[in-house]
Amino acid sequence: MSLDIRHLTSDFRHNNMRIGFYPGCSLEGSSKEYSDSLFAVAEKCNITLEEIKDWSCCGASAAHNLDHDLALALPARTLALAGKQGLTEIVVPCAACYSRMATSKNEISGNVATRQKIEKYIDLKLSADIQILTVFEFLQKYIFPVVDEHIVNKLNQKAACYYGCLYSRPKETAAIVQIENPMEMDVVMAKAGATPIEWAFKTECCGAGFTMSRTDIVAKLSGKILEDAADRGAESIIVACPMCHVNLDMRRPEIKKQLKKDINIPVLFITQALGLSMGISADKLGLNKHYVPTDKVVNCMVKLEA
Amino acid sequence: MARIGVFICHCGENISATVDVAKVAERAGKLSGVAFSVDYKYMCSDPGQTLIIESIKEHKLTGIVVAACSPRMHEGTFRKAAEKAGINPYLCEMANIREQVSWVHPKSDATTQKALDIVRTLVEKVKKNVALYPIKVPVTKTALVIGGGIAGIQSALDIANAGHKVIMVEKKPSIGGHMSQLSETFPTLDCSQCILTPRMVEVAQHPNIELLTYAEVESVSGFVGNFDVKIRMKAKSVDMKKCTGCGACSQKCPTKKIPDEFNEGMGFRTAIYSPFPQAVPNKPVIDRDHCTWFTKGGKCGLCKKICPTGAIDYETQDEFREVKVGAIITATGFDLKHADFFPEYGYGKFKDVIDGMQFERLASASGPTSGEIRRPSDGKIPEKIVFVACAGSRDKAKGIEYCSKICCMYTAKHAMLYKHKNHEGKAYVFYMDIRAAGKNYDEFVRRAIEDDGVQYIRGRVSRIYEKDGKLIVKGVDTLMNSEPVDIEADMVVLATAVVANIGAESLAQKLHISYDQHHFFSEAHPKLKPVETNTAGIMLAGACQSAKDIPESVSQASASASKAIGLFSSDELTREPIVAVVNRQAPPNFTSCTGCLLCLEVCPYHAIEKEEIKDRAGNLIKIAARVNAGLCQGCGTCVAMCRNKSIDIQGFSNDQMMSEVLALLNA
Amino acid sequence: MDKSTHQHADTLTSQVEKATGVILSHCYQCGKCTAGCPLNEEMDVMPNQILRMLQLELPGYEDKILSSLSIWLCLACDTCYSRCPQEVKLSQVMDFLRQESIRQDKVNPKAKDILSFHKAFLDSIKLNGKLHEVGLTIDYKLRSLNLMQDVQLVPSMMAKGKLTIFPHQVKNTKEIAKIFKRISEAKQE
Repeated sequence: MSLDIRHLTSDFRHNNMRIGFYPGCSLEGSSKEYSDSLFAVAEKCNITLEEIKDWSCCGASAAHNLDHDLALALPARTLALAGKQGLTEIVVPCAACYSRMATSKNEISGNVATRQKIEKYIDLKLSADIQILTVFEFLQKYIFPVVDEHIVNKLNQKAACYYGCLYSRPKETAAIVQIENPMEMDVVMAKAGATPIEWAFKTECCGAGFTMSRTDIVAKLSGKILEDAADRGAESIIVACPMCHVNLDMRRPEIKKQLKKDINIPVLFITQALGLSMGISADKLGLNKHYVPTDKVVNCMVKLEA
Repeated sequence: MARIGVFICHCGENISATVDVAKVAERAGKLSGVAFSVDYKYMCSDPGQTLIIESIKEHKLTGIVVAACSPRMHEGTFRKAAEKAGINPYLCEMANIREQVSWVHPKSDATTQKALDIVRTLVEKVKKNVALYPIKVPVTKTALVIGGGIAGIQSALDIANAGHKVIMVEKKPSIGGHMSQLSETFPTLDCSQCILTPRMVEVAQHPNIELLTYAEVESVSGFVGNFDVKIRMKAKSVDMKKCTGCGACSQKCPTKKIPDEFNEGMGFRTAIYSPFPQAVPNKPVIDRDHCTWFTKGGKCGLCKKICPTGAIDYETQDEFREVKVGAIITATGFDLKHADFFPEYGYGKFKDVIDGMQFERLASASGPTSGEIRRPSDGKIPEKIVFVACAGSRDKAKGIEYCSKICCMYTAKHAMLYKHKNHEGKAYVFYMDIRAAGKNYDEFVRRAIEDDGVQYIRGRVSRIYEKDGKLIVKGVDTLMNSEPVDIEADMVVLATAVVANIGAESLAQKLHISYDQHHFFSEAHPKLKPVETNTAGIMLAGACQSAKDIPESVSQASASASKAIGLFSSDELTREPIVAVVNRQAPPNFTSCTGCLLCLEVCPYHAIEKEEIKDRAGNLIKIAARVNAGLCQGCGTCVAMCRNKSIDIQGFSNDQMMSEVLALLNA
Repeated sequence: MDKSTHQHADTLTSQVEKATGVILSHCYQCGKCTAGCPLNEEMDVMPNQILRMLQLELPGYEDKILSSLSIWLCLACDTCYSRCPQEVKLSQVMDFLRQESIRQDKVNPKAKDILSFHKAFLDSIKLNGKLHEVGLTIDYKLRSLNLMQDVQLVPSMMAKGKLTIFPHQVKNTKEIAKIFKRISEAKQE
């Protein structure tokens, strides 16, 4: 499958590029395995990621729900620090952080008055143009050109790639080409030897930040997603967002209760799935940190002929 | 010696209420070169005109200025009066002291002074006026109709029945257009082909109509009454004179799985084919892109072997015809957006989500399912159909802000047809508004709801996806407190947006006619000139101008035809002589024009040509520009560009314009 | 063409238009937003109805909007905006309505927990510069009094190394607190 992914430059020289990295609170905390697996994949391909020094929270949903200026200021602080560090490109693997960073960047660069206001709030200067990459843009741009020699396993199973809301909406920050039927992760899964399936809930909301305050809604919305994937024979669900992961994985007991069905499909981060096909160990990829057991995925793998 | 007459009109009170007309007349009379000056209440009236005519004769006037309303109102009137009085009509000018003075200023001395200034300016101009004569252009009394749909057919028949020749060019192998694909037409539920095919046959048999199918317009040059059109007649590979239309070739053709355009991809056709049984002409053509002989270097050849009259000829090439016509009618019709235009409705992947034209083919007795409404995926008869109105239309986000006009009516029709064929079936229509403004249209929609039990739900559909062979439609009922309405349908019909024909832009550029951002051709005036374009001699008919239904297309077609017939009603066309002229001088100069041809490049009407001035032996002396008086609109762009003032506008010469400016400045 | 049609000074509608740049008259009430909203079965007032009330500005509508549960159930998934034929950015309007309902103290009682979560989240950021999940949870439980919520997850989360007792903090947490302070001071002006 070939796609036109933005930010794909034809004259990429990765040895000279410094690629910044913004983990966000989840990747440093309860979804550390996403960060670990990303680093494992990058390391295998000799790519170094440079963490932004002294980064702070992007504000997630809480900020934009309660305070518009705060919602712009918090990501802007980190973007300013990245600029100070000399970074022109950063990878933001968490979908929510990505969306907040890109939104803040757009609103600020589109309006001089807004920029001046925010710079005053954060007491930092915002540098010219930082490219913000999603995890699959990073994989396409930096990993794909060199990954083929590292693929040693075929994942040999049906994978439902779940994108959630924030990669394809709103249109101002969308990083997807076919917004109602994205293929960016599907392409990666195909590379990893899996069969990405066609299904109807690729971009339906999982319940996001209601994971604590309205767990019933999460159970309902994530339940619909899980059910559709299961009905279509998915053997794993692949995500690129720690929030979606928590809702589909950690909240599985609530979902099972809501659906009255015993669905045990594991949920993997895209970097974990790719890492497995590159021969990286399940432990190093943090697969044991998930709630729904992932052994089937590992056991179904087939070693490729040399 | 100039003897100018000045006539100041009161225009009732329109002018005299704010301008002191008597004073203006008196002062004007004192201007140098003015032999007579008078004011009168209604200059355009009979007595007013008589006053002008008598004054011209009595005072032997050499030119007149009528100070009154805008020339757009009455210039013609006063020029005719001048002509009656025996002087050249172009020695009459109008000074606009109504729209430019009395209607825009309050009563004051300054207002009266302005009126006088304008009169004085025109007096100085008229002193430089010369006699001009209307330009006569011959007219070729043949019309070209581009497009063989119902609009093209109507136009062609009207013009042919009026006794003039028509050449009809249709790019498909048969005429009939989209109307031939419909099953039944609203609001009468007439069988579409039954009312259309007699007309198609009439066109084919009419002695005045030359029908060129599988042909396209290659290039157009010339001007009204005198167009030169080059037509590409695409290679049919079948000799139309020998072919009898027996159909043996398409029966035996081994390439049977080409998606059928006439059936909107819902059925298949062969490589040698006639698009539908009632095609006119009912003789096949070979689709060279899919025919084995052409794609696999001479293999097969079965049709040639079978043809009883030896009509198949693989060696034919595209031919070109050059014709001269006097009027062109563009009737190229429309296209529909298809299901793949909608990401939220499945990107066209779901087989049972179809567009309106595809539904027509299903409902049509001559269609791929012989008139039974069946699901394209498994051929089963759907028990629940959802119709989605406004799919793509009135949608700024999708780039189509306009309403496609016909969908409300054909959706009601589709729902009714489905219910007539499946009494137990359920039909739902998700709509925003119902636009049924034509004669008997609203009653038609009420029939669908009241007699046939179609459920109309007011709300738009957010998304459609497929699950277990059913289509899940997620809509809403805004009339029921915005209750979400989800329907598990067996089939969905999208009433997709009407868009301009795919070749519209390039055709418009060939014809030099204007078109809008949606590539619909532009009419000359949205209210008062709906069938003419801004290019003289080219008319519009049907949906190529904007989405419309059959009665409107037919009306517009007849209207266009009447314009063409009007054009042909005399042997010559008369044009105003307000055109550019490149000067001519005695040899050895011939003209001060240096042949730089900058004017040619900037003329928006392509009215300037390169002229080679030759001696009697045929040797080239110099290149100059020449204005085609038939095309020139007198805009003056060329005059502005000309580096040495070799080109000038008759009636608005540089000299005349300068006199006006100087008159204004030397108060 | 893009000028607001609601010119009166201080109504909720004119404030919405001014703050968000959304032109409310663009909405022609097709209902596509409501049809696609994942929360449409839970909401008390539907998304298109909120816009309708903002358009009509009849007495009682402002209250109804600001005290609705819907504005708090909205997850800002932007499904509405991505499918709206008139490109009305409803999600931005919702953000503003949430903030306004707090300002006017009209938050629906059923949304208390949702609001508590957002506040607890921001508290944690203000204090640490980053989210401290344990801190957030404690703060949220104290605000919502859902003391037993997710208690069953603690052992497994600890075993998987997902619970950090001590927060990760930015180097100078005062910097973050200052940002919050500057913003709240600017609002008071």
